Amino acid sequence: MREILKILESDSRLSPEEIATMTGKTEDEVRRVIEECERKGIIRRYKTSIDWEKAGEQQVFAFIDVKVSPERGVGFDDIAERIYRYPEVHSVYLVSGTHDLRVVVSGTNMKEVAFFVAEKLATIDRVHGTSTHFLLKTYKEDGVIFEAPEPDRRLAVAP
Amino acid sequence: MPNISQRIQSVPPSGIRKFFDIVLTMEDVVSLGVGEPDFVTPWRIREACIYSLEKGYTTYTSNYGLIELREAVADHLHGRYGVRYDPNTQVLITVGVSEAIDLALRAILEPGEEVLVPEPSFVAYKPCVIFAGGTPIAIPTTVETDFAPTPEQIEAAITPRTKAILLSYPSNPTGAVMSREAMQSIMDIAVAHDLFIISDEIYDQLVYGVSHTCVAALDGGYERTILLNGFSKAYAMTGWRIGYAACDPDVLDAMMKIHQYIMMCAPITAQMAALEALRNGSSDTEEMIRQYNRRRRLIVAGMNRIGLDCFEPKGAFYVFPSVQRTGMTSEEFAERLLHEEKVAVVPGNAFGECGEGYIRCSYATSLQNIQLALERTARFMERL
Repeated sequence: MREILKILESDSRLSPEEIATMTGKTEDEVRRVIEECERKGIIRRYKTSIDWEKAGEQQVFAFIDVKVSPERGVGFDDIAERIYRYPEVHSVYLVSGTHDLRVVVSGTNMKEVAFFVAEKLATIDRVHGTSTHFLLKTYKEDGVIFEAPEPDRRLAVAP
Repeated sequence: MPNISQRIQSVPPSGIRKFFDIVLTMEDVVSLGVGEPDFVTPWRIREACIYSLEKGYTTYTSNYGLIELREAVADHLHGRYGVRYDPNTQVLITVGVSEAIDLALRAILEPGEEVLVPEPSFVAYKPCVIFAGGTPIAIPTTVETDFAPTPEQIEAAITPRTKAILLSYPSNPTGAVMSREAMQSIMDIAVAHDLFIISDEIYDQLVYGVSHTCVAALDGGYERTILLNGFSKAYAMTGWRIGYAACDPDVLDAMMKIHQYIMMCAPITAQMAALEALRNGSSDTEEMIRQYNRRRRLIVAGMNRIGLDCFEPKGAFYVFPSVQRTGMTSEEFAERLLHEEKVAVVPGNAFGECGEGYIRCSYATSLQNIQLALERTARFMERL
């Protein structure tokens, strides 16, 4: 299973047939494993890594560190939920360190994101403070380097 | 102008070279002709090298190579294969395995002595034997014996002048891996006739679903084996040119004598990088092996599907499909495939006469390139 997941993680467009060939398993077996992983939520979804800046799209991302007080019985879960339900919120992580939640918010411009933080996030009852960091440049994301790939410098034919 | 040495003139230029010159003039070629990893040297290794430069490691090293590296090599060989070499007297760091092959041959050969070379094999072996004053005796192998020499073949080729057998498994160009039993039967013959075995095990870590047999670890193998290996393939460090030899101290002494006068020592910068590779590079290697294995299965299945019968290679990063059913020679096939579909492969006869009828395709290239090459080759086959 791990091998199939690793292959899909690097290229989710490969067909079960190709994956079967690459792993030495039967196509049926691969299909079965993938279906099972989808059903169990091990495979969350198939996503594409896109360089939006290159696509000419105006999109602003911000990392917002949020300090909150946990609630008896549910800890941080309920407040995290209140935050992640907003479609503007890209990801929410509970982290160790000086803040509690790390929230990634996207918008079409800085103003939009700033207003979202000021009006929606900071005003939640148990939020004690936010610290907003706008994303300026992506170098690497999900293991993918966004810079121009290193050229293949090898000779075309070699012993 | 005075004459150029007859001995050198007697060696034909490499068959690969000719092909390389044609490919250079073309655009959009998908190359399966490259005999080196498509991975760049892992960053931690490059970084260690940069750090060594910053710290001013720019001097000669001991002729033998950095003692830390020799110790790491000795530990590596012991840990992996259980063979123990003294880093002070039994390990020599060389400029690639290529230099080590030359040193080993020159150290042991008297003029006219014969070296058995199972083929198809790496292009340098026979010329190196000739340069060292010896006579190479090709042992042709076929797909019927999984491209491994049989004991009968070896036995039949031995004469009073035979000095050594040159083994190289996993094999470039066939990807064949010899089983321990098959290796042992060759070793038994070497013991009976008191021959050296020069074993180039540069692809030892690149095996898939089988384990590599270190020739020096065979019964009777330790004393007579000149074990050669390096960093090019397992750590994607071809351009660094670091290899090593491990063997009996007297043989090493002889090799060292040549090395100290012609090479002095391997470059310290590359030795520092190699040290990092041995200390911390294994996880990068494992990931490369996993990726090679996926590509290997894909290309073997693809070749068989389009009608190029393909022996299943268990090592290295080559497949060696037969083009015999097209009725073309290896060179005709490779040239037409290059001109008509812009896919570069290496004709099998570059690796010995018995490689005729085959082509070598390297899967040390991206999955996308492999798929593209397979599509183009399929189109080519359909037109025939």
